[in-house]
Amino acid sequence: MERYLLTITVFLPLLGALAILLIPKGREELMRWVAVAAAALAFLASLWILGPYEIGKAGMQLQERYLWIPGIGINYHLGVDGLGLPLLLMTTLLSLLSVIYSWRVDLRVKEYLFLFLLLETGTLGVFVALDFFLFFVFWEITLVPMYLLIGIWGGPRREYAAIKFFLYTLVGSLAMLLAIMLLYFSSEPRTFGIMELIGQQPLAKAPTLAALAFWGFFLSFAIKVPMWPFHTWLPDAHVEAPTAGSVILAAVLLKMGTYGFVRISLPMLPETFKLFAMPVAILALLGIVYGALVAMAQTDLKKLVAYSSVNHMGYVMLGVAAAAGAVGIPEKAHAATIALNGAVFEMVAHGIITGALFLIVGVIYDYRAHTRGVNEFGGLGARLPVYTGVTMMAMLASLGLPGLMGFVAEFLIFVGSFGVFPELTAVALTGVIFSAAMFLWTIQRIFLGPPNPRWAHLPDLDRREVISLAPLAALMLIFGVYPRALLDVINVAMTSLVTVLR
Amino acid sequence: MPVPVEDLWSFVPELWLAALGVLLLLFDLFLPADRKRLVGWAAVVGLLFALVPVLGMLGIPARTIFFDSYAADGFAVFFKIIALTSTILVILSAMDALRGQTGFEGEMYVLLTFAALGACLMAASADLILLALSIELVSLSSYVMAGYFKSDPRSNEAGIKYFLFGAASSAVMIYGFSILYGLTGETNLYVIAERVRTAPGPALTLAVGMALAGLGFKVSMVPFHQWTPDVYEGAPTPVAAFLSVASKAAGFAALVRFLVVAVEPGPVDWVAPIAVLSAVSMTLGNLLALPQRNIKRMLAYSSIAHAGFLLMGVAAHRGDFGAPGLLIYLLAYTFTNLGAFFVATAVGGRLGSDDMTGYAGLAQRSAGMAAVMALFMLSLAGIPPTGGFFGKFYIFGAAINNGLLWLAVVAVANSVVALYYYANVIRVMYLLPIPSGEPVGGPGPLRLALGIAALGTLLVGVFPQPFVALAGAAAMLLRM
Repeated sequence: MERYLLTITVFLPLLGALAILLIPKGREELMRWVAVAAAALAFLASLWILGPYEIGKAGMQLQERYLWIPGIGINYHLGVDGLGLPLLLMTTLLSLLSVIYSWRVDLRVKEYLFLFLLLETGTLGVFVALDFFLFFVFWEITLVPMYLLIGIWGGPRREYAAIKFFLYTLVGSLAMLLAIMLLYFSSEPRTFGIMELIGQQPLAKAPTLAALAFWGFFLSFAIKVPMWPFHTWLPDAHVEAPTAGSVILAAVLLKMGTYGFVRISLPMLPETFKLFAMPVAILALLGIVYGALVAMAQTDLKKLVAYSSVNHMGYVMLGVAAAAGAVGIPEKAHAATIALNGAVFEMVAHGIITGALFLIVGVIYDYRAHTRGVNEFGGLGARLPVYTGVTMMAMLASLGLPGLMGFVAEFLIFVGSFGVFPELTAVALTGVIFSAAMFLWTIQRIFLGPPNPRWAHLPDLDRREVISLAPLAALMLIFGVYPRALLDVINVAMTSLVTVLR
Repeated sequence: MPVPVEDLWSFVPELWLAALGVLLLLFDLFLPADRKRLVGWAAVVGLLFALVPVLGMLGIPARTIFFDSYAADGFAVFFKIIALTSTILVILSAMDALRGQTGFEGEMYVLLTFAALGACLMAASADLILLALSIELVSLSSYVMAGYFKSDPRSNEAGIKYFLFGAASSAVMIYGFSILYGLTGETNLYVIAERVRTAPGPALTLAVGMALAGLGFKVSMVPFHQWTPDVYEGAPTPVAAFLSVASKAAGFAALVRFLVVAVEPGPVDWVAPIAVLSAVSMTLGNLLALPQRNIKRMLAYSSIAHAGFLLMGVAAHRGDFGAPGLLIYLLAYTFTNLGAFFVATAVGGRLGSDDMTGYAGLAQRSAGMAAVMALFMLSLAGIPPTGGFFGKFYIFGAAINNGLLWLAVVAVANSVVALYYYANVIRVMYLLPIPSGEPVGGPGPLRLALGIAALGTLLVGVFPQPFVALAGAAAMLLRM
């Protein structure tokens, strides 16, 4: 059983999706239960991984490897390490919570749940695929469900947002495909294996091709992250997507980009990345400052959270770029490790926190106030105590309050990247101030002040909403107070990555 | 000189196809008007019989028969499989679509059988004269089929247009062949390959360029593509499906054999012009497909764009990704494009129009039909896990392996443009509200053909290994 644990985890949602297709129309309740069951089983399977997984051991574990297309050296190869495991767990958890949250979706339920579970399989696959062909297939499988989720269940400008998301991401994907091909045809023996290619370093002696491959990957990952100036699809997609779609988009899909940088760009093309580390760090910095400032100017709560994602993903990229800048400099290896630890920690933290924030926006918009205007609220704190508590916790976690998860991540990133890019890091710190100001101001406008009589009748969180939000709030606190539980897993992978880079 | 008997064994499929055509013609004579569908079933069975000896030739070593004028190699076998399979599927899809629209249903199946024979001959001809004759066999059958609906002016226009364009480009091509004959003193491709080395460059360029006109017409290569949208729009939808797949595949078989076997050793660099034509074809096809509101016109421009992608495979034919890539792409394209046309047949037959507005809300009227159409659109756009993606993957790889990175970048840009109009079909089917609730069923044989096309599209994408092996062997045998 354990031999196939990763395959089981990845394909359980797909199995559930196919089962839903077989359920006749009119049995919506059954479809929902099947979807929750599939997502829950996937979550349990991913928890099961923690059993056989040896935390202290570097390298890929629970590997599965079968010939798939031997004619051109493509394998079905899965594996998980300290980078993939936290993201895998985060994905199964958030998918489960999103399915639970989506219980009240009653428009075209069958298609909705089918696409949602298909999306989950795609995202899970990305984090465990160790063959480029397989990686690319999973990467692309996420596009269509997301396109339709935004396009069918989205807001008023859903069609525009959906196709914009689809086209933007496809540009990146195809650039990545060319980069993969460049690596493949330079390798000897030819392989699509990610680990094999990292070992071979096929483009180490061909700087021009390496630069082309680097920018191919960069375009793909940077659009996904999204880095400034490739971020313009994100606010549209987020604002128009249905709540659960926004959650998965922010928490999981964006991580595919940063995951790609750490899993592929950094170890596969270290010298090239080092060469371009400074420009990448500057783009990350622009994202940090720009994201925070634009978020501050938003009056639409969903847009505000979307732009704060640009800001937070900027931190991740700053950490990654710092690690790239330290390639080949042994005395900076320690700083690089800290920066990477912070970056991966921030990936998980942002997933949990922003996932919660989008659920929170959904709670007020989908079923209660039907508006997201920050200025239209006021004094909700007295009316909705539980909702207010969870929201404030998530927002404080997002702005980096010590004791909550976001702080640990940002702290590590700044400590690490200060050792490599001190000036840039100093400027990046201003982003923290802006985003703190932005969230505090938002809390003030929504929850404090005189109560707006318009919202006097609003009910507080119901049971299902509590179920979807409570685990996330708990995790923010647990990993904020005791980050070691997560950091130990990440650190082993990042230390071995930095050792390879040195 | 007598023909060796064993040569005839390699020629059994073609002989059987010719006999089948005649038999079907006679069979049709004795059937009452309301039973003409039986001709279709007989044709399907007959074509399946033809497929058996073709598949039997899969493993055998490459050789030529009839005094080196006809190739019996894996390459030809591969294209014969595509020609026969697509003809079978087209006949299945046509069986009910034609009823009531024409009084000559039976003859359509006869013509399709003869066209399939022509396509098989094209794929294997190793002699300029035989090549020209087989192209004419496909063309003449197609001219009639394109104008099949005599009472429909657009079908008439399609037939006439196809005929005029086809006749003119055939004439140019044959003139090019005659120049080539003048330069080398031979019509046999293998002998030409030996003598072409010493041919004068300018004259050879002229000959190859003129030959490309005829072959380019068959595959809808820019600038010989103008007929495509009008003919696809006006012709009966199953005929458009046949033209877009079987006829195009045969054109590529002839084009590749002509260029790679006969012209390759010569002093003319044909790769660069083909690469440029590839870039122009895909760009023009995609840009013109964007504003189309008629599904058949859209598919016509998309098939021009796909000709561009396939030409990229021709230009990048060297290496172990090149020629196999072309074959894999063609195979995936065969299933996918046929499937898309079959959906167009079903929806067009139900609504009486091929306007894209008819597809609004199809996902809620006929979930299965919309789902397979979405699959075909994604495959045409090259999104995994479909066959279209795998073909694109291979061809991109071939381009990079052959140092054509610029062409690969053009292809990437084109894929993004193409996604826009393919996704538009999905948008219309899934996102737009439903005008009326009637389901679009489609008759049984059509649904069978659709199912096979969808299955093929997925199989090539998810379990491509057998097809990779097949294409690899077929491409290897091309070099004798």
